[in-house]
Amino acid sequence: MTQPPPVLENEFETEDIFVNMGPQHPSTHGVFRMVLTIDGELITDVTPYVGYMHRGAEKLCETMDYRQGIGYMDRTEYLANFNAELSYVMAVERLAELEVPERATWIRMILCELNRLSSHFMFLGAFGTDVGVFGTAFVYGFRNREVIQDLFEEITGDRLMFAYFRAGGLAWEVPDNFETRVREVLKDSREGLRELDGLMTQNEIFRARTEGVGVITAEDAIDWGTSGPTLRASGVPMDIRRDEPYLFYDQVDFDVITGDHGDVFDRFYGRIREASESIKIIEQCLERLEPGPIVPDRLPRMLRTPAGEVYTRTEAPRGEYGIYLVSKGGNRPHRLKIRSACLSNLQALRDMTIGGYVADAVVILGSLDIVLCEVDR
Amino acid sequence: MNVGLFGIENVNIWVDAVIRLQLIVILMTVVVMGLIYGERKIIGRFQRRLGPMRTGPFGILQSLADALKLVGKEDLRPRGADPWVFELAVYFVFVPVFMAFVAVPFAFDWNVRVLELGLFYVVAISSINIVGWVMAGWASDNRYAMLGALRAAAQGISYELPLILSLIAVSMVVSTDAGRGSLDLGVIVAEQGHIPYIVWQPLAFAIFYVAMLAELNRTPFDIPVGESEVVGGPFVEYSGIRWSMFFLAEYAGLFILSLVGAAVFLGGWAWPLGEEVGPVWQLLLTAGKALLLIFSVFWVRVTMPRMRIDQLMGFSWKVLLPMSFALILVNGLILVYDWPDVVLLASNVVGLIALYLIIDRGITRRRVRPPARAGAATTA
Repeated sequence: MTQPPPVLENEFETEDIFVNMGPQHPSTHGVFRMVLTIDGELITDVTPYVGYMHRGAEKLCETMDYRQGIGYMDRTEYLANFNAELSYVMAVERLAELEVPERATWIRMILCELNRLSSHFMFLGAFGTDVGVFGTAFVYGFRNREVIQDLFEEITGDRLMFAYFRAGGLAWEVPDNFETRVREVLKDSREGLRELDGLMTQNEIFRARTEGVGVITAEDAIDWGTSGPTLRASGVPMDIRRDEPYLFYDQVDFDVITGDHGDVFDRFYGRIREASESIKIIEQCLERLEPGPIVPDRLPRMLRTPAGEVYTRTEAPRGEYGIYLVSKGGNRPHRLKIRSACLSNLQALRDMTIGGYVADAVVILGSLDIVLCEVDR
Repeated sequence: MNVGLFGIENVNIWVDAVIRLQLIVILMTVVVMGLIYGERKIIGRFQRRLGPMRTGPFGILQSLADALKLVGKEDLRPRGADPWVFELAVYFVFVPVFMAFVAVPFAFDWNVRVLELGLFYVVAISSINIVGWVMAGWASDNRYAMLGALRAAAQGISYELPLILSLIAVSMVVSTDAGRGSLDLGVIVAEQGHIPYIVWQPLAFAIFYVAMLAELNRTPFDIPVGESEVVGGPFVEYSGIRWSMFFLAEYAGLFILSLVGAAVFLGGWAWPLGEEVGPVWQLLLTAGKALLLIFSVFWVRVTMPRMRIDQLMGFSWKVLLPMSFALILVNGLILVYDWPDVVLLASNVVGLIALYLIIDRGITRRRVRPPARAGAATTA
């Protein structure tokens, strides 16, 4: 929380006004609404409203079989689809006790990290617009995201709704030139990260706008249940990839990026550094990638699971993306619950924003990197 | 100096004035459309895009198409708006900008009117538009518009002072036949035949440039119209022809201040070709210098993030204003003791270094590690 300047004695009567930011405001990153109570330019209260994008994705998943649910994961977390799919298929695999072949696991890791990269590029671009760079950061971020998205399209046949992971492995084999294409993309991304770093991090006004703004302490961040880069910026080294390794994250070497100050700048810069770590991970994965099967030998046409419940969580670009799955037997979930990282991160918004300026609210919201589809589901 | 237009003598003074003003209005409209097209193209290049490409060859008719579209749109007024103030606000923004052109020298002896207080007149008249902004914001019955208008008022007043003071600093050192000091833009330009004033007064130019960006609400000082914060500021409720007039005024303001900057600091039509080359070259020189300034404004726009209101105000009152006062004081001392012009340059360079250091060290907030809450769960 930023320290508000001292309040002067008012000689005449003043009144706080309400400003309705959203759901049709250009910088709320989707249909999100916050009602700001402002005293001049200072924010005295914030009330966030979510739910405009609620489509009942969880309930819908209960009406369809396990394979069909994969598509719905894409639609909740549309900037990190592979990470969302992964949580879901991991939950199904654990229920059905399926063994995933080694090659499929490495490819999953590569795709998830690439998706983290593309998601962070999207964040860097959109955040530039929030801070007020007229489109330049946005275009730069999108340029690099586009390259990654093209690769995804070559692999899965779709730009956004991949539905490529399957319980047990992958839908089909990756193209022959997969490895060279990934290396090309990595080269591009490294260059793009350097450029965005130069454009934004080195800018004095950018530093002035982000440093010391929207501070949240480690304790508060934990209490609100934040995760991902938002939590790590406050200095909590929590990363599910390292703490509870899934896939083969225990076999690769990477750093968990933490910040010191818990402000907007740490959340921003943490993502830039995290993207570089992702590149490191992908390179290690590429070296371990060997030919082999991508689905288990004995995969039934219609997947049925025994009764039981399971909770899987993965480190998505925005934090912990968890799937709680209850099965009563049969080919569809009895209950599916998505633990949304963005929703929890968004809870901390009020604490961060109060006492700041109107312009800070936009920057702080941007630094949380929310995807409203995931928040509302 | 009332020579008839194009060498025609004995023209009625009123007819002459009307014709000149008409020429200015036509020139302005064309220039503004060109500027908008140029800005879109230049920004497109900066952002690895092509900019407008569909309307005409290289999209050259894009501004025309936009203008036609805007004229054809419905002129909406919100129900809660104050009708008179809402509709009059446009003119308070639009008219002063055009009036400012009266005193600007385009080439030797090419201006609408020669005013002895030309510089004073330009800065005085071009600051009226703040009234229009506040009117627009207040009458729109919209909180974003209101926020934007208040921001515009605060910003406009804060940066008016450094802008004027930096111009005064230059006008003090102008040496004329009658001694030093002149506010006549024509005289100021003519005096720069050998060396433009940016050489002697770089600090004044720096202050002028920053204040100009702020006066025009351009990035990084575009907080009154910040798209991501106040969604367009005072103009959020305007549409059609009214909105396009605000837009026209914005770019006309950019052009006029660039012309003034080119005239006062970059030597206008006089440097480096002198008086004898004729109006064509002089017009080209003036336009080229103004366009150079405008290009740099576009460049800044695509690179810089927006400042926050407190940083913006602080920068004006704590940095630019004291600096411009100091500049005037030093200039005055130099004039009183009749020191050589090199001292002007030296003092300005010192000031520039100080300004750089302040910007480099001063704006950034000091970051503090958030204090740990007592009794909180300890973390790994």
